[in-house]
Amino acid sequence: MAMTLITTNTSSDAASSDFTSSIDNTYKLYIFKFYDVEPETESVYFSFQGSTDGGSNYDTTMTTTNFIASHREDDGGTTQLIYRTGNDQAEGSAFQLLCQSMGVGGADESAVGELHLFNPSNTTYVKHFYCTAQHYQDTPGSQNSFTAGYFNTTSAIDAVSFKMSSDNMDGTIKMYGVG
Amino acid sequence: MGIPTLIKTLTASDSASLSFVDGTADVVFDSTYDEYMFVFTDIGPATDSANFSFQVNATDDAGGGYDTSVITSTAFGAWNYETGGTPNVSYSTAQDQAQAAGFQTIANDCGNGADESCAGILHLFSPASTTYVKHFYSTFNYYASGNYSFQFFTSGYINDTTAIDEIQFKMNSGNFDGVIQLFGIA
Repeated sequence: MAMTLITTNTSSDAASSDFTSSIDNTYKLYIFKFYDVEPETESVYFSFQGSTDGGSNYDTTMTTTNFIASHREDDGGTTQLIYRTGNDQAEGSAFQLLCQSMGVGGADESAVGELHLFNPSNTTYVKHFYCTAQHYQDTPGSQNSFTAGYFNTTSAIDAVSFKMSSDNMDGTIKMYGVG
Repeated sequence: MGIPTLIKTLTASDSASLSFVDGTADVVFDSTYDEYMFVFTDIGPATDSANFSFQVNATDDAGGGYDTSVITSTAFGAWNYETGGTPNVSYSTAQDQAQAAGFQTIANDCGNGADESCAGILHLFSPASTTYVKHFYSTFNYYASGNYSFQFFTSGYINDTTAIDEIQFKMNSGNFDGVIQLFGIA
């Protein structure tokens, strides 16, 4: 076994991109690669959540971290590497931010990245994940985001949803199994 | 990332260590691949606040004690508590090494509660090179002993131009459970 493409979701003006099958004990590691992700609305954030009931509800409790590096095209503002307390969760059940302040001002603005989800079907331990993303931010510039955490549940995670904090999205998300 | 091929899966059950040794038990850890990837799932220490770590043996120390290869490394992490505390991202001087032969921490302060575990990936490049040092980097997320989420980044190089073909993983204290999968990346 190796790295197997399981599902490709292509979204066009869609409210969310949901993966509701094939997340099970077949693989120890699932990787979601997202490309050309673009919001319909300026300055929204791209996010994800897990489900323990096949996608009926996306409200699993999680504790997370988020830090970013950002640099504007005009070399102005604050070039920074900073922890973002507004982007993390402490036993929250909201969708977890992966990219903040996304740009939509130009037709060429988008986000890419990878989310790693470890052994989601385990029923003994919490379920860990981490994501590295790169996007064109709303104050034109580059932003590299690092998000990680755990679903604080011993129930299996069997569905994952991606969406914007507001309005619809375009983009392609591919789910791979590794192992 | 290139295409990974699963080489070997080892499972720890209250184990002191897990080792991948080239040529033993179907393990390939030589010049066959330019990159090797270790995937860790459900790593749970028996001792609270233990550090999960690795070290290697070079081919001129085959079967050795994983204590002679010199490493220079960096380590930093981001953390956030389930309740209270101050989240942050910071460099960890306690977990790096400067020309030292100790086991390199890749997850520190791991929790040992029933549902607490570590997960992550370690990449190790060109271990069979006899010209260059051997680079590695890892990313972990884990449930830390103080009930917080900790994303931990480690990278560095094994400062040795001798090929390496043995690697061992262990806690700095006590035994551990978990699964480690070795992949070769073409």
